Amino acid sequence: MKAYIAKKLLALPLILIGVSLIVFVAIRALPGDPARLMAGPEATQEAVDAMTGRLGLDRSLPEQYASFAHGAIRGDLGISIKSKLPVVDEIAERLPFTIGLAITAYILAIGIGVPAGMIAAIHRHGWPDQAVMILASAGASVANFWLALMAMNTFSVKLGWLPLLGASSWKSFILPSITLAVLPMAVIARMTRSSMIEVMSQDYIRTAYAKGVAPRSIYWSHALRNALIPIITIVGLNFGSLIGGAVVTESVFNWPGIGRLLVDAVRYRDYPVIQGVTLVAVTGVVMMNFLAEMLIALLNPKIRLD
Amino acid sequence: MAALETGMETVRRSWLVRSLRWVASHRSIALGGLLIGLIVLAAIFAPMIAPADPYEQDLLATMLPPSWGHPFGTDDSGRDILSRVLYGARISLIEVVLAVGLAVILGVPLGILSGMSGHYLDQAIMWIMDILFAFPGIVLAILIVSVLGPGLVNLLIAIAIFSVPVYARLSRNLTLGLKSQEYVEAAISLGISRRRIMTHYILRNAIGPIIVQSTLTAGTVILSAASLSFLGLGAQPPLPEWGAMMSDGRNYLGLNIWMSLFPGLAIMITVLGFNILGDGLRDLLDPRK
Repeated sequence: MKAYIAKKLLALPLILIGVSLIVFVAIRALPGDPARLMAGPEATQEAVDAMTGRLGLDRSLPEQYASFAHGAIRGDLGISIKSKLPVVDEIAERLPFTIGLAITAYILAIGIGVPAGMIAAIHRHGWPDQAVMILASAGASVANFWLALMAMNTFSVKLGWLPLLGASSWKSFILPSITLAVLPMAVIARMTRSSMIEVMSQDYIRTAYAKGVAPRSIYWSHALRNALIPIITIVGLNFGSLIGGAVVTESVFNWPGIGRLLVDAVRYRDYPVIQGVTLVAVTGVVMMNFLAEMLIALLNPKIRLD
Repeated sequence: MAALETGMETVRRSWLVRSLRWVASHRSIALGGLLIGLIVLAAIFAPMIAPADPYEQDLLATMLPPSWGHPFGTDDSGRDILSRVLYGARISLIEVVLAVGLAVILGVPLGILSGMSGHYLDQAIMWIMDILFAFPGIVLAILIVSVLGPGLVNLLIAIAIFSVPVYARLSRNLTLGLKSQEYVEAAISLGISRRRIMTHYILRNAIGPIIVQSTLTAGTVILSAASLSFLGLGAQPPLPEWGAMMSDGRNYLGLNIWMSLFPGLAIMITVLGFNILGDGLRDLLDPRK
């Protein structure tokens, strides 16, 4: 177990270094001269040269990477071209909105997906099973922004029940979080169903039935506990796809999170923001994956041997 | 003579019975194949089925609801939405072929090489794959598109790059499994060249799972391409790409839902078809069943 954690812990910085290298190289490959962008459209050549010096763009690439990595570790991600504010402050201001949306979406996805998967497994081949599976297949195939547009058209424009854009009150959370929850909900429902079905055929479940344990208690404590591992895997390892979904969802709903910040930054060629948001998002995903792997190793003794 | 005809009849009926039985026991493949078949037919015969030119504007007939003349209505430029959705099927299928094709061409050789060589080369390739895999697909695609510039081809390159690790990991695992098979060990001891072993002994036997994965990736490709085109980073107007069409449609919520409704339904049917087909193919190849 210790060796497994040590191996994973050692891999973590290697992955993060690789991620920062890719982001660094990509940003340097962006079309246009960042110094000219930073200095503004009417800047003189002297001003652009001064900016080149200030940004350190006249130094060698390894030197530039070293100072970029050094800054990133200390929480300095540069200055936004558009707002002239530190990128870290911009991200810090937007991050709670994205995290709030992600948590609400996960609560919805688990709160509905797990019971739906259990019901499907208990009534295997019956109509509840078929209904859950059809909905889950549709949920995994739908474009979430399409769902968002349909919901906005009905509930915000036609009925006027919910706000159309932005994050003004708790009501603003409803449509974006449902939109974001659909895909993980579908995946969790399918996963719960298949792992419940597998667990239910195990000997110890049959023993529990034979002992006269009530079916309800078998489902909830015996079977669900063992079905939890794949569910944690899905939640932890699919965090990246949730962040990807958040980028699109936030743009549809004009939600003030880091996903929309990224899309806006691409439009304005605000490269320090692109760089900062990408780094923060990927670091978050890497950390979530790591936590999920650790949790799985704790819960499943079989993995510890590797 | 009568006996012969009865014989023919039996053969014919048994062929029909066998086909029906196969369909009944492979419902996923049949249903998924049917959906994808319909989309492929729509793409091929779009010029014949479409009631109008997908680019032809008619400023006297904008924002019309569905009618006999325009079954899906018309958009803000008076273009026929049904025609645009049908031509959009062409774009989506081209997206799948290009993005999945590129991801397979890059990922599979990397994975086989990784699995065959082991040691440092294996670790280096897998390190790069782990790094790419750490990026949320959409975020990596946005980063690549901002370097290459918005556009459908650049978007497909971006989607292919974020799909490469999936194929590299899969073919590495398959290679590791196949490498220890006796016939591969025999080939190695007979002195057959490594290149021939990789192509004739490993790749040929890994093709099944790679096809299953490609079918399952197809849905992701369509959804990602539509999402990024919707954000304005992929296909540009007036191209009838489904995501780009919805990007127009979002400006007319409450006025014209048809511009968003039908392209979104087309996406769902296509992705659903690929997913169901992929699930069916996976079950078919799964030796446990």
